[in-house]
Amino acid sequence: MARLIAQRLFNSAVSIALVSIVLFLIFEISPETVAADALGQYSTREQRDLWLAANGYFEPLHVRFLDWARRCLTGEFGNSRLYNAPVSTVLGPRLAASGILAACFFAILIPLSLSLGVFAGMKEGSKLDRGISLLSILTTSVPPFASAVLLAAIFVFGLGLLPGTSSMIDGFRWKELVMPVAVLLLYDFGYLTRITRASMADVMQTAYIRTAALKGLPDWWIILRHALRNALIPPFTVIMLQINWLIGGVVVVEFFFAYKGFGSLILEASLTHDLFLLQACTAVSVLIAVGTQTIADIGYGLLNPRIRVAR
Amino acid sequence: MTDVAATQKKVTLLSLLRESPILVAGLSILGFWMLVAIFAPLIAPFGPNQNLVPMAPPGSRTPDGRLMLLGADHLGRDVLSRIIYGGRTVLTYAPLATLCAYSVGVTLGLIAGYKGKWVDELLSRFADLVLAFPVIVLYIVIIQKFGASGLNILVAVTLASSPGIMRLVRGVVLDLRTRAYVSAAQMRGESTFYVMFVEILPNARGPLIVDACLRLGYVTITIGTLGFLGLGIPPPTPDWGSMINESRHFAMVFPHMAVFPCLAVSSLVLAFNLIADGLRELSLAD
Repeated sequence: MARLIAQRLFNSAVSIALVSIVLFLIFEISPETVAADALGQYSTREQRDLWLAANGYFEPLHVRFLDWARRCLTGEFGNSRLYNAPVSTVLGPRLAASGILAACFFAILIPLSLSLGVFAGMKEGSKLDRGISLLSILTTSVPPFASAVLLAAIFVFGLGLLPGTSSMIDGFRWKELVMPVAVLLLYDFGYLTRITRASMADVMQTAYIRTAALKGLPDWWIILRHALRNALIPPFTVIMLQINWLIGGVVVVEFFFAYKGFGSLILEASLTHDLFLLQACTAVSVLIAVGTQTIADIGYGLLNPRIRVAR
Repeated sequence: MTDVAATQKKVTLLSLLRESPILVAGLSILGFWMLVAIFAPLIAPFGPNQNLVPMAPPGSRTPDGRLMLLGADHLGRDVLSRIIYGGRTVLTYAPLATLCAYSVGVTLGLIAGYKGKWVDELLSRFADLVLAFPVIVLYIVIIQKFGASGLNILVAVTLASSPGIMRLVRGVVLDLRTRAYVSAAQMRGESTFYVMFVEILPNARGPLIVDACLRLGYVTITIGTLGFLGLGIPPPTPDWGSMINESRHFAMVFPHMAVFPCLAVSSLVLAFNLIADGLRELSLAD
């Protein structure tokens, strides 16, 4: 097991090293664009040259890369032009805000999808199964931006029950979280439900479940004691990998509801050409993605003892 | 889809309907949008960029008495006509982008799976590298660097989805390359290219067709999302995602401007998902 964990961690470290090279090449390969982004489009040629010289941009490429990597590792991403503040002070609160959003999302998603999936997969082809499957196809077909508009039209415009923006200007209000979380759930729960359903249906067809049924054990005992543990292995992996997808939904939802989180920050950084902010956001998002992938891999190994590292 | 089901029995619409109503439903919706897109100039009551009555609610009339069934947007453009013409945009870019992604992904997957060894190692590492990025971040970075245009959307989608396709193809090829007919072709002295594309690829089509339908749905969502975030095909081209973005600020007061494009894009994605599900059902039943 230690071997498995060590190998996964090593793989992730390699991924991050490679990604950082790619990021450096994308963002920093042409110093002129960096200077233009850092000083704004109305800066003069001389100003840009002075800035480049002061920030060591005339050093050789590998020196610049190592320096850049060191700054990234220590969290000195430079100043955000948009907010006129160090990137790290901008990033912190935004990440926390998105963290709250994600926590609410998962707190509802996991019990909802797992129970629906298990109910559907218990009896493959039953009315309940058909119904749940159809519901999940329907909901996953509505893109997050569309469900945001549609839900807002119903609950904000039509019924007037909920606020249409979630900017949290007057401090934290849970009512403003309802719409963003609902949109994310609507788009995502179908996928996890289908994975759980397929996994449960597979397990229900195995020999040991038949044996348990032939022994005369009651259905609820078979499902709780024998089926559930094995059926929940694939959904666990998917939940972790979901985070990579979730970032996409989060960008859309935060943009639409003006929620001041990480997703809207990365979009602002991109649209306003705030280079250092965008660099930091990209680095953080890759870190999140690779991190959750690693946890998924290791967790899968722990849950499923049949997985072994190839020698 | 015919080659999945048509092995023995003759496929009629009725037998297909009985076997997989889901597939037929998906094909019908897709067919509807394709007809709408092809005959857009004949169906649309107005031009897509014609300014009529700004913010007109659904069912109101222009000064010369023509009906605007779904109302008009903030620039007075008829929403129905823009949805109809927008169908052209999405039904051009989504299949085109998927096709590009597939050409790259299938080629790389065949090479990685068939050649194996260091080629496979290198290509798989590269795929991991791209897949390490959250998809939306990849799009945002690419569009920020190269600007928003139809071509850049194709490039971004290809870059973001070909590694996934490559992995899928590679997996199938690893299984297929040990088959007797592959060895036979190698014995005959066929070229690597021939073995990969003529012997292996046709036999790998089953999972690929289902995946392609699902991916068409994703790409449709992606193109819509990019338009919605203001990173899509530049205005004034009618595009469903951009329509929603432009009318977003008015959505709380005049929801009709944003709601109808949302319904349009959702129905198209639904069509692709239903087709994928139906095909999977059929291939499992055989």
